[in-house]
Amino acid sequence: MKHLDEYRDAGRARALAGAIARAVTRPWRIMEICGGQTHAILRFGLDQLLPPGLDLVHGPGCPVCVTPLELIDRAIELACMPGVVLASFGDMLRVPGSRTDLLAARARGATVAMVYSPLDAVRMAEEKQDQQIVFFAVGFETTVPGVALAVREARRRGLRNFSILSAHVLVPPALRAILGSPSSRIQGVLAAGHVCTVEGYEDYEPLAREFGVPVVVTGFEPVDLLQGILMCVQQLEQGRAVVENQYSRAVRREGNLAAKALVREMFEPLDRKWRGIGVIPLSGLALRRAWQEFDAERRFALPPAEVEEPAACISGLVLQGAKKPTECPEFGRGCTPERPLGAPMVSSEGACAAYYRYSRGHV
Amino acid sequence: MCLAIPGEIIEIVGEDPLTRMARISFGGVVREASLAYVPEAKPGDYVLVHAGFALQTVDEEEARRTLELFEQLGGAGEEGAQ
Repeated sequence: MKHLDEYRDAGRARALAGAIARAVTRPWRIMEICGGQTHAILRFGLDQLLPPGLDLVHGPGCPVCVTPLELIDRAIELACMPGVVLASFGDMLRVPGSRTDLLAARARGATVAMVYSPLDAVRMAEEKQDQQIVFFAVGFETTVPGVALAVREARRRGLRNFSILSAHVLVPPALRAILGSPSSRIQGVLAAGHVCTVEGYEDYEPLAREFGVPVVVTGFEPVDLLQGILMCVQQLEQGRAVVENQYSRAVRREGNLAAKALVREMFEPLDRKWRGIGVIPLSGLALRRAWQEFDAERRFALPPAEVEEPAACISGLVLQGAKKPTECPEFGRGCTPERPLGAPMVSSEGACAAYYRYSRGHV
Repeated sequence: MCLAIPGEIIEIVGEDPLTRMARISFGGVVREASLAYVPEAKPGDYVLVHAGFALQTVDEEEARRTLELFEQLGGAGEEGAQ
């Protein structure tokens, strides 16, 4: 496939791995933000091509993993209401809430539909006018433009039975929280290319300056990731800390202006709790006042709730790059993809699932 | 969930900018996606598609430059090994 196979070429990957080995003179710790990148690194064995001392740690970029238990419980509560269909991406359905997950709730009679695109949920609302369709809007900056357009389309079509439960989260505030933590040992960052296709990378420039950490906007294929690592290592070795763009075929500095404009018109930032991490200021998105008729939390007047994570799960530390999944005593024992304690073990972007699936540190 | 896949626009369906959709081929598998955010995209262009929306047009010139960089690096790697 064009624009894909070229970036999976073994010869190019070996050349880049050689260049990384030659560039490194001392140990460095680099965080890749996105769980999709974590999976690619482990799937293609890129971690095993790196020189000793160059450590990759995994970031919070798994939207399903950071969705707070309260919101999952709320989605399940909605799915159990008569006349309500809860629609969501497939990755969300198996993530455990405080008591159950959406798939298990469906097996017991709740109405849960898996969709590929938020527009599918709008079409569903048009076809089932006697039912309320709630789209569980999970995702980072990459996903928000599609949800924005779906809500606008619902208004254009005059649909009064469509709403969203917003769990949207933003990368830069989370990165600021991680880099600003006194215990942070992150020296370089690979920013998530697809998030930046929408938002660009201007927001990372003050972070690179303030924390003295190089940031390289990086794609998702093996050759992209190795080149991103090389660019990051070169900056570290030269004592530089700026934002560079490895993924220039898809990312412009300013991002996608049309998408950004609609997202800003319809959504506003708010403080959001991240599962296992806590509240991060202005790290979530909610519909603005003019669009609140499409906000499921208002439409169904759901009361606020507070739920605590199971004590045995260290997903918060894993999501901040402070621990590797294999450092968890429950990894592969009390926590497996079949019986997960936390979300990173079930999501297709979760770091624990990647380690389990690609056999790193199996017990 | 932030994965986006490059695909080639085969055909544009409807010219309303709000609902402009395209048939897009991902290595032979054809799906529809919205072109609302890439209004300039045309058949033959490659776009990155995420959750039913094309988010950006792949810049062929930048792609070519990135691949050239790899080629130079490949050469440098062989020299270094000698």
